[in-house]
Amino acid sequence: MEHHLLSIVTFMPAFAAAILAIFLRGDDAAASRNAKWLALITTTVTFLVSLFVFFEFDPNNTQFQLIDEADWLLGLKYRLGVDGISILFVMLTTFMMPLVIAASWNVEHRVKEYMIAFLILETLMLGVFMALDLVLFYLFFEAGLIPMFLIIGIWGGANRIYASFKFFLYTFLGSVLMLVAMVAMYAEAGTTCIGGCEVSLLTHNFGSESFDLLGIQIVGGMQTLMFIAFFASFAVKMPMWPVHTWLPDAHVQAPTAGSVVLAAILLKMGGYGFLRFSLPMFPVGADVMAPLVLWLSAIAIVYTSLVALVQEDMKKLIAYSSVAHMGFVTMGIFAVNQQGLDGAIFQMISHGFISGALFLCVGVIYDRMHTRDIDAYGGLVNRMPVYALIFMLFTMANVGLPGTSGFVGEFLTLVGTFKVNTWVAAVATTGVILSAAYALWLYRRVVMGDLIKASLKTITDMTPREKWIFAPLVVMTLYLGVYPAAVLDITGPAVAALVNNYDTALAAAEAAAQTAQVSN
Amino acid sequence: METTLLFAPLVGALLCGFGWKVMGETAACWIATGLLFLSAFLSWVVFLSFDGVTEQIQILRFIESGTLSTDWAIRLDRLTAIMLIVITTVSSLVHLYSFGYMAHDDNFRDDESYRPRFFAYLSFFTFAMLMLVTSDNLVQMFFGWEGVGVASYLLIGFYYRKPSANAAAIKAFVVNRVGDFGFALGIFALFMLTDSVKFEDVFAAAPELAETSISFLWRDWNAANLIAFLLFVGAMGKSAQLFLHTWLPDAMEGPTPVSALIHAATMVTAGVFLVCRMSPIMEFAPEAMMFVTFIGATTAFVAATIGLVQNDIKRVIAYSTMSQLGYMFVAAGVGVYSVAMFHLFTHAFFKAMLFLGAGSVIHAMHHEQDMRNYGGLRKKIPYTFAAMLIGTLAITGVGIPLTGWIGFAGFASKDAVIESAYAAGPMGYAFWMLVVAALFTSFYSWRLMFLTFYGKPRGDKHTHDHAHEAPMSMLIPLGVLSLGSIFAGAIWYNSFFGHTDTVAKFYGVPYAEAGEHSEEVAGEPASGDEAAKEGEHHYVFSGQPGEGAIYTSPDNTILNDAHEVPKWVKISPFAAMLAGFVMALWFYIWNPSLPARLAANQRPLYNFLLNKWYFDELYNLIFVQPAKAIGRFFWKRGDGDVIDGSLNGVAMGLIPWLTRLAGKAQSGYIFTYAFAMVIGIAVLVTWMTMTGGSN
Repeated sequence: MEHHLLSIVTFMPAFAAAILAIFLRGDDAAASRNAKWLALITTTVTFLVSLFVFFEFDPNNTQFQLIDEADWLLGLKYRLGVDGISILFVMLTTFMMPLVIAASWNVEHRVKEYMIAFLILETLMLGVFMALDLVLFYLFFEAGLIPMFLIIGIWGGANRIYASFKFFLYTFLGSVLMLVAMVAMYAEAGTTCIGGCEVSLLTHNFGSESFDLLGIQIVGGMQTLMFIAFFASFAVKMPMWPVHTWLPDAHVQAPTAGSVVLAAILLKMGGYGFLRFSLPMFPVGADVMAPLVLWLSAIAIVYTSLVALVQEDMKKLIAYSSVAHMGFVTMGIFAVNQQGLDGAIFQMISHGFISGALFLCVGVIYDRMHTRDIDAYGGLVNRMPVYALIFMLFTMANVGLPGTSGFVGEFLTLVGTFKVNTWVAAVATTGVILSAAYALWLYRRVVMGDLIKASLKTITDMTPREKWIFAPLVVMTLYLGVYPAAVLDITGPAVAALVNNYDTALAAAEAAAQTAQVSN
Repeated sequence: METTLLFAPLVGALLCGFGWKVMGETAACWIATGLLFLSAFLSWVVFLSFDGVTEQIQILRFIESGTLSTDWAIRLDRLTAIMLIVITTVSSLVHLYSFGYMAHDDNFRDDESYRPRFFAYLSFFTFAMLMLVTSDNLVQMFFGWEGVGVASYLLIGFYYRKPSANAAAIKAFVVNRVGDFGFALGIFALFMLTDSVKFEDVFAAAPELAETSISFLWRDWNAANLIAFLLFVGAMGKSAQLFLHTWLPDAMEGPTPVSALIHAATMVTAGVFLVCRMSPIMEFAPEAMMFVTFIGATTAFVAATIGLVQNDIKRVIAYSTMSQLGYMFVAAGVGVYSVAMFHLFTHAFFKAMLFLGAGSVIHAMHHEQDMRNYGGLRKKIPYTFAAMLIGTLAITGVGIPLTGWIGFAGFASKDAVIESAYAAGPMGYAFWMLVVAALFTSFYSWRLMFLTFYGKPRGDKHTHDHAHEAPMSMLIPLGVLSLGSIFAGAIWYNSFFGHTDTVAKFYGVPYAEAGEHSEEVAGEPASGDEAAKEGEHHYVFSGQPGEGAIYTSPDNTILNDAHEVPKWVKISPFAAMLAGFVMALWFYIWNPSLPARLAANQRPLYNFLLNKWYFDELYNLIFVQPAKAIGRFFWKRGDGDVIDGSLNGVAMGLIPWLTRLAGKAQSGYIFTYAFAMVIGIAVLVTWMTMTGGSN
């Protein structure tokens, strides 16, 4: 079927951004209001249109669907498409963006530019999840950083320059390696098509014969090298330990909405990259590196949970908690079985809602008190019962309470990992204890207790606008917690195909290696 | 009907918690309570009409991923039915009781609406607990398991202005999570080996598990033993067994009805329920079961010793609960699950009543909980006194020795546990620990009675003058529970601890004549002795794992043997009870100055017990402080010095131009490198195109 649904979804926000940039003049209150409303309406309509994509999508078909292609400049192809792995990230993005815009209603500084940045960011993020061409993917993937730099750098906190500099340095180093690998891929496969064409990167068998490089034997050959190159970029994005230290700083400095986008969507690009590139294209390389990645994940979970325990800044604490939760994702992915991968995708979606909501929770009180210092709060429940309830729900979701979406992902990734490596699973499971400790400890210090601090005596509970922002997140967190099939039915067939191809490729490589040995 | 009774408390919680502003506080609380009474009524109908055949009711799909497939479902068998009536009966009575107890609370201002929140939490707890016991798979059970944990957390921290309550709430949740760590690993291991988390599949695979070895951490283990052990670690957390018990005494920070419902009658028994539910696995895991017995017996003893010297009335009962849970685990550990359930069942009645009675005392004494400030209260609050007396008679196990069942509820079930322990290991560790614990139980229970209700009033005179009997809403639950504490043991004695065929019928387990079986094991003297009895049929359990509510292997004849233990063994708990009673009488009535002198003479021992064997201090030293120190180290040294340090090193050393860029440090520079990036992408695209990128 020939239509342009995906392109419409992707570029609608950018189109609105262009309208804002070209037609909206002036910097007065009216202009700001118009910018906000246009952004809100655009993101909402984008979400509604994306629902068509969602309902048009057939989960039992493991091929790319709704493909939209066209010739592009210089002989390159423009190709968008979704499959059972990417569709949910698309939906997560379109779902979160209206909430993010609504949460930015109090922005006063350069509102028009702010909205433009977020709208363009949405287009670029959607593009990452839909792109079926390597160059297109790289464009979206790298360009997505620019609006994020701007958001942190212009609307961020006092130390924003340091944070965005750090952010840049990390991602830059990762990107360089990925770029080299992409060139190599193109050189070997002769195509830039990711999937859904006759000749595509997903169906190409990249070389996996071991060879010596500078005297070191590279097991898995080219695949391993390419895997490492991509890994450098995706691991930073996730972020994985030990390249995670940019995230707490970026979160602390970013405005609330920036933190929400960063935690809810941008981090998922790394995980998506693993699922789209690393596993299916370099199975042999992935197999070689998987034990290392599993251990890095387990370390991330314990290490960052312990660090979260002693944080004094709310956003930093939640940021470290995010790193720990992303540890479950990478662990599940590199267990490479149905439960692990299902769990990883589920965890990413669920973490989108939960961490987004937690950063919004910080935003609610930051807007009132202008501090993220945990010690500045205490006893909020006395004046903010609704806030206390919502914060409690998401705290519990964050610690993976069954009945919330936070449980399903953690559970499945751990089940999947246990089959592969009981040590890693056992170490990671201790994260379940630590997360309870830091999350409840945070909640206690901020919300519980008597309200004695003079500065808090007049703090007000959530406004209707704030409640409406949280409502969809509450619904999704509970809905997916009770009925996870809503997500798992979609990921299931795609993941099964992915696992199947992975195992087949590994077996083939194994057989080839044996034949080679015999003939020697 | 099962679905209704399961969801009624949830509906009640939601209506009460969110609807009270519309319908008013009192109406909201009554709706929650009414729905619970409905649930309790239906539970009794289910229990009494249950025919032993396991039923399954599907509700909704839950987690499905590859071969992992779980549903929200109800599994109704005898174990579930027992738990249903325990939970809903105690819960509905506690709801009713709370009308009186929570009417006024000094922790809240008069204009604050704290009651709907309280009732909503209670109802939510009940729902989670029902989900736990009705589950047909381990994952839904885990949902209930954690759900009750959250409810417990919320209720312990109900007085959110008190720092001690907040600390206790977090402690309860986190320590339980340590147990959940084991529980979760157990589930993972089960799924890995049996490819299912549904009880029926798992149970059917149990004999195979006994033959399987699993590589876990540093070595290979017998699968059944490992899984049983891991699941039991979960049970240790929830049921406050030794090493994971430290949260339970602190949990007394919650309002007293909560202590009665959650920390005595229901939630803390979830661990016992888990072990009984997993009996098909447990039966194939002899080493793990020895561990269960050992921990249970040790806990029963340790908790009883601590209970001897505590002064807070609720803490005494809390340690008593912990100790009684140890009894249940011993029964389960030696393989007589029906007796474990028996003690769970009777304990729910008398322990809930002791707590509610204590609540009535505390209510009368204006929230004074220190027994040193009580004394002579029996005239002031006679009904409460009567209830507490019945509870004490029940927990200490008063009855007519050698009849087995003629006595208060605790008499029948506790003696059954002790006899089973003896049958499993004559003169063994578990048996002696339990007998000594029975003596201590009697001592501290009577100590509580004497300090509270006898002697001269101590403490604040004004408080004593105003001591008053509780309202009807509090007395009715005490009355109902009194009936349970008196009769529950006698009525259901045969079902839980009768002959094998009666018990088997009760649990819907197949059984066979012992003769057929004893031919196979003709060499064993035990079965020979039984066969010698004339005129009686002897039966053994003969089902396959998963048939009926519990599984007992045909070789496990402890239920039978327990009836055949020597007479002195049967009398021993009674003698221990009497000894404890006389000692308490001597210490607190005849010679009241004795305890103080003894405490002064035996200072180290007294302090050791008063400070609860120093578990809290020890854990703080080896877990809490190091965790924080390591966290700080990772943060400052790891993230700060090593990772950021080397990153900065790279930045400062190798890419100085970038730092110069940062030196300019105004938002303008971001545009600069944003621009640089766009250029970079353009260069890339151009390069790829030039090298022939068209297809």
